[in-house]
Amino acid sequence: MTELAETRSASMPSLRPRLEIVPIILFATFAAAPLLATVSGAEGYVLSLLTRVMIFGIAAMALDLILGYGALVSFGHAAFFGIGGYAVGILASQGIEDALVQIPVALAASALFALITGAISLRTKGVYFIMITLAFGQMLYFLATSLAAYGGDDGMTLASRSLVAGSGILENDFTFYWLCLLCLLGTYAFSRSVVASRFGRVLRGTRENAVRMQAVGFQPFPFQLTAYVLSGMMAGLAGCLLANQAEFVSPAFMTWQRSGELIFMVVLGGLGSLHGAIIGAAAFLLLEEFLPEILHASSFFLSEETRAHLAENWKMVFGPLLILIVLFVRGGIMGLLRRPYHG
Amino acid sequence: MADPLLELRHLRKAYGALVVTDDVSLSVRPGELHAVIGPNGAGKTTLIHQISGTLASDSGSILFDGEDVTSLSMPQRVSRGLARSFQITSVLPGFSALENVALAVQARSGSSFRFFGKVAQEKALNEPAMDCLAQVGLAARAHLPAGLLSHGEKRQLELAIGLATEPKLLLLDEPLAGTGHDESQRVVETLRRLKSRLTIVLIEHDMDAVFSLADRVSVLVYGRVIATDTPERIRANPEVRAAYLGEEEMV
Amino acid sequence: MNATLLLVQALNGLQFGLILFLIAAGLTLVFGVMDFINLAHGVQYMVGAYLVAAFSAWTGSFGWALLLALPSALAFGLLLEVLVFRHLYDRDHLDQVLATFGVILFLNQGVKFVWGAAPLSVPVPELLSGSVEIANGLLYPVYRLAIIAAGLVVAALLYVLVNHTRVGMLVRAGASNAAMVSALGVNIQRLFMIVFGFGAMLAGFAGAMVAPILSVEPGMGDNILILAFVVIVIGGIGSIRGAFLAALLIGLVDTVGRTFAPNLLRLVLDPAAASQTGRALAPMLIYIFMAAVLFFRPSGLFPVKR
Repeated sequence: MTELAETRSASMPSLRPRLEIVPIILFATFAAAPLLATVSGAEGYVLSLLTRVMIFGIAAMALDLILGYGALVSFGHAAFFGIGGYAVGILASQGIEDALVQIPVALAASALFALITGAISLRTKGVYFIMITLAFGQMLYFLATSLAAYGGDDGMTLASRSLVAGSGILENDFTFYWLCLLCLLGTYAFSRSVVASRFGRVLRGTRENAVRMQAVGFQPFPFQLTAYVLSGMMAGLAGCLLANQAEFVSPAFMTWQRSGELIFMVVLGGLGSLHGAIIGAAAFLLLEEFLPEILHASSFFLSEETRAHLAENWKMVFGPLLILIVLFVRGGIMGLLRRPYHG
Repeated sequence: MADPLLELRHLRKAYGALVVTDDVSLSVRPGELHAVIGPNGAGKTTLIHQISGTLASDSGSILFDGEDVTSLSMPQRVSRGLARSFQITSVLPGFSALENVALAVQARSGSSFRFFGKVAQEKALNEPAMDCLAQVGLAARAHLPAGLLSHGEKRQLELAIGLATEPKLLLLDEPLAGTGHDESQRVVETLRRLKSRLTIVLIEHDMDAVFSLADRVSVLVYGRVIATDTPERIRANPEVRAAYLGEEEMV
Repeated sequence: MNATLLLVQALNGLQFGLILFLIAAGLTLVFGVMDFINLAHGVQYMVGAYLVAAFSAWTGSFGWALLLALPSALAFGLLLEVLVFRHLYDRDHLDQVLATFGVILFLNQGVKFVWGAAPLSVPVPELLSGSVEIANGLLYPVYRLAIIAAGLVVAALLYVLVNHTRVGMLVRAGASNAAMVSALGVNIQRLFMIVFGFGAMLAGFAGAMVAPILSVEPGMGDNILILAFVVIVIGGIGSIRGAFLAALLIGLVDTVGRTFAPNLLRLVLDPAAASQTGRALAPMLIYIFMAAVLFFRPSGLFPVKR
């Protein structure tokens, strides 16, 4: 059975300097967005949408670290969303509403879950790894649905967003936006550093040729496990932010479909480029949000009833669109951007 | 006589009814270049797999530098100085030649659990790596992605990677396989230069190379060692001639 | 522990397990022979259920509905194969996962488009309605017994087909080494189509059979798909025998476990805690079981030797 994603290697060194422009533009856009939001008049909506994009961007990037750079296809990453979200929710319901307590707890819980499940999962390879990560994700999902005290299947609403050192500054959508942007920047910078470091080199080498790594003296397991834990923690952070953004947490955070969507975002953006994952998350969510409108607008030549029908069933266009992208766009969006530079 | 650096005692490996390694006992002296030859299917690569730790033997033991390493994993043996190259070229194609070697240097210089600092710029890794590349004649191709190197250059790279692990003993599995005349000359010269600094166990089919480089030769036929001796005496050995060298004109 | 309850749940577990087997059989063959991860297999099951619901409403008879639904399910499966799946055989597993995920999205919405989001109901056929006494004072629905019988018959048929026919031999060889089979001159394209179509029909049959007792709704195939994957992973990919044993095991563990976990826990915890933990643990049991199997046997119980 083929090792998954073995042939998708990271960008070639000689091309990297040219493409640094992409992350700069990306973050500049995020920074400029609040201004545009105010101008657009639909402040709340735009901010909320872009905040979600950034939060999923963090989670997708976390997955890219192990999927793009480590070739580990985790089909249970949404579980960490749940851990982060429920950490916030459960603590809040017990009266602990401060983010300065909630976030470290979420990170610790994510790390622990990743450590235990990673230690077991990494003994397997290929499709078995996919299945076992899926299984662990499902376990956590069912655990959440059975927590009657915390809403069970329906989930629970948060009374308010988390406090920061006692103050409710996160209630302001703008402040919350900046916090998320800060987290995105921070996790991005950290991930870039990890990838370029000694550790990153071993991880990338293990993806390319695990036997060669052993022949050189590296046991893949500790490195893959560490990467898995780091990835889980970042996704857990995203979960905390998501719970705060929606002021709600439920088992729906961690369905296997959600895990599949995360994989999609990473592949859409381009494996192994970090900012690609953020772009992929943005593309996915924006498409999800606007496809109904786009369908409605572009089918102007049809009757109103048909147009409404079309917009309602946007998933029937979304599905095949995803299939076509997978089949024909190698390297995702970053791959498309890179093409002009190939000799 | 000095204690052997590598000692194989009654190694046995079977796949069902097929015995691939049949009671192999061998010892390799420190500093020597010991060649292992034999017809195709004799089990040479399987033997290398067992010595390096890729494959577990059914019975028997392997002693390296006085220590019983039979139950140790490959990375553990590598850290003790027992390294190997691969018959089917196994480099990291997406990494540059330099990075491939620097990775091997990295394995021996401190912790790789460092998450900060650009590893590609670490002099402590790049300098020894360039050194190894120079020794095999690849210094000019250091920054090319390994996947773009010619077949012979990849074999050289394998050698460089092996050297970078600072081994006491290097297992070379057909380093000349698939190389043209000029390239194989280069590899032979490199091996000759390395002879004085390392112990080498060489599996090869190229008889010119074997007889010009080896201090001693062991002949493996159907998983058994039928003779171990100096190259001249092996050439003259009637059993060996019959089993392997045949009636052909010898070099 | 109630003996009659145990018997009922064991039978339910058997029935569930056999349905799982019908779905898993196609999945494991497709995976084993073509090395193709098909997340969209669950929609075959769903389509089978919808087809029988539609035909049943149209003809008024479950028997006719079933007879019409089976070839339709086969045709539908082959259509998907030709349109989408055929182009994915050469891709790596990641691409296959994503593409088939797209198919799920499309078809889940598709059935909603055609039949609406509300669940459809299919009446149990007259002949098989009602209950029968299987033990002292214990009544069990006839229809569920029919499912068990049908499942066992299909399993036996499959066994004969795979082990005693020429096509079956090719399939087993393909599961072991597809490239070799192709090199021997067998039309591998046609073999793939046969395997795929047959698997699709089995899944459709399973969906059709459960339609009267479950609600036929969009997305009904999603969760059972996951369970089918758990079955083939535990059983060993490519192995029908493994799928059979694993499916029965899972069916029993899930059904019996759900009912008796709280009871068992009552031995060590107080009733309230036992009930809580039991309810939390029950759906997780299968996954815990799978993780345990993979821990000791990273390639499943009966891996096909490649």
